[in-house]
Amino acid sequence: MKLVIGIVRPEKANDVLEALYRAEVRGLSISRVQGHGGELDRVETYRGTTVKMELAEKLRFEIAVSDSFVQPTIDALCTGARTGEVGDGKIFVVALEQVIRIRTGEVDHGAVTPRGA
Amino acid sequence: MQGTGLALARGISAGDTAWMLTATALVLMMTPALGLFYAGLVRGKNTLNTFMMSVGALGVVTVSWALVGYSLAFDSGGGFVGGLKYVALRGVNFEPRPGTAIPHLLFMAFEATFCIISAALVSGAVVERMRFGAFLLFAALWSVLVYAVLAHWVWGGGWLQQHGTLDFAGGVPVEMGSGFSALAAATVVRARKDYGRQALLPHNAVYVLLGAGLLWFGWFGFNGGSGYSTGHPGVLAFTNTLLTPACTLVVWFLLDLLRGGRVTAIGAATAIIVGCVGITPAAGYISPTWAMLLGAVAALPSYAFIQWRPRTRLDETLDVLAAHGLAGLTGILFIGFFAQLSWNGRANGLLYGHAGQLGWQVLAAIAAPAYAFIATFAILKLVGLVMPLRVSAHEEALGLDVAQHGEEAYATGEGAILVVPDGGDIQADVALA
Repeated sequence: MKLVIGIVRPEKANDVLEALYRAEVRGLSISRVQGHGGELDRVETYRGTTVKMELAEKLRFEIAVSDSFVQPTIDALCTGARTGEVGDGKIFVVALEQVIRIRTGEVDHGAVTPRGA
Repeated sequence: MQGTGLALARGISAGDTAWMLTATALVLMMTPALGLFYAGLVRGKNTLNTFMMSVGALGVVTVSWALVGYSLAFDSGGGFVGGLKYVALRGVNFEPRPGTAIPHLLFMAFEATFCIISAALVSGAVVERMRFGAFLLFAALWSVLVYAVLAHWVWGGGWLQQHGTLDFAGGVPVEMGSGFSALAAATVVRARKDYGRQALLPHNAVYVLLGAGLLWFGWFGFNGGSGYSTGHPGVLAFTNTLLTPACTLVVWFLLDLLRGGRVTAIGAATAIIVGCVGITPAAGYISPTWAMLLGAVAALPSYAFIQWRPRTRLDETLDVLAAHGLAGLTGILFIGFFAQLSWNGRANGLLYGHAGQLGWQVLAAIAAPAYAFIATFAILKLVGLVMPLRVSAHEEALGLDVAQHGEEAYATGEGAILVVPDGGDIQADVALA
C-alpha cells in the first residue's frame, strides 16, 4: 500500500478528478495548500506597497491505494495536472503502514479497496 | 460677477434642481453597485477585474460623454444622430435645458450617469476573459457610437421620438441597448475556456444581494429623475419603481418554487433587477396598478431565458440579455397596451383606444435591438484588429485579478515579500520622520 500525494494547480482540479475517475481510482481527499516550487514570483502592488508573492495556491490530493493501483494513480495525476509550464506540481509516493476503515474495522487492502470494486 | 452665483437663471425651478442634483448622485451610485453585483456572480479570482470594468466605465465613459457623446445624443441634429454643437460641453451652462426647469449643465450630468451604467452593463457579457484595456477602448467607442445614437432616437429629437415612441427612463438606450449589445459582445469575444466543461459558480451571493439592493435604491433616482422635475411624471415613476420590482420578486419566488421547490437568493437579486428594468421605459406612463401587472409579466421571459441560456454554447456570462434586453423590451411593448393619458398627460395605449402607440413601441423594440447588436458586433471586430480582446488561456486560468491588475481581492499576505525600492531603507525613513 502506498499513499500518493499530488500537489497540483487549483485550476486543474477538475481535469485531475476526471483522469482519476477514468483510471477507476476512488477514494481521495483534497486540501487547499500554498507552496513554492521554483515558479516565477508574481509581483503585486497595493498603493505604494509592492510585494513578491512567493507562495502559490495549490491543491493537495491524498490517495491511499493498493500496490497495483500506484502506477495508474500516478499516470492519472500527470495526465490531469500537466500544462507543461513551471508550477505544474509534484507527486510524492509514501509507504503506508496501516489503513483502517472506520465504519467496518477492515484493515489494509480491504480498507483501501472501495466496496463493490 | 458678484451676486450672479446666488441667483437662479430665469426659468429654473429650485425644487426641480434640488431633486435632480440628488437623482444624479443616486444614479451614479448604481455603477459601483452594479460592479458589486457582477463581482459576486463571478469566481473569486476575477472579483476585482469584474468590479473594475464598472469602475472603468465611470472613468472613460464620463470623458467620452462630455467630449462628444452628450452632443451626439442631445443636440437636435438629424433623425439618426445629433449634431456637434455641444462638443466638449460648449454652451452647456446654467440656462434651463429646453423642456425642463433645470440647468442644462445638470441635465447633462444626469444623462451622463445613464450612459456610464449602460456601458458597464455590457461588461457582464465578457467578464472572466476579456482584456481590461480592450474593454476600456470598447466602452469609450460604445458610449459614443451605440448609446448616444439610441438616446438621440428616443430623447434627443431623433426619429423614434418624432414618431411618438414613449421611453420614460431608457428602455431603448439603456436596457435594450446594453442587453442586445451584450449578445453581440458574447458572440465576438466567445465563451470562457471552461464554459460548459466545469461548474462556474458565483463566489459571493451576499455581494449579489447587496448590489441588487443598492441598484434598486439608485433606480429611484434613475426613474424618478427621468421626469426632470418633482411633478406628476416623476412622482408616478418613483412610486412605480417601488411597485413593479416587488411584483417581479413575488412572481420569481413562485417560479423558483414551481421549478425547484426552493426560493433562491441569486434568483431574488435577479428578480429585483428584472423588475426595475421592466418599469424603466414605462415608469411615468402607466398607472400603479398596471405597473404591478408589468412586474409580474416581466418576470416570465427573463426567467425562461435564464433557465435556457446556460444549456447553449452562448456564454453571455451574467445574462445581461435576459435581465436587461428582454425585460426592457417587455416594458417598451407594455407601454403600447397600457399607457394611460389620465396618468401621463401624453398618450394612450391600445387598451385606451390608441392602437398606433403600440405600433411605435413595436418599431422601437425591433430597431433598437437590431442597431445595438450590429453596431456592437462591428465595434468589437474593429477593436479586435487593433489589440487582442482576450487574455491568454494561462491568464484566464490564473484569474484576471492577478493577471490584469496585479492585485487579489482576498490577499492573505502569506508568502508576500516586501519589495523595497533600490537604495531605499525603510528603517532610515522611519527614523527621519
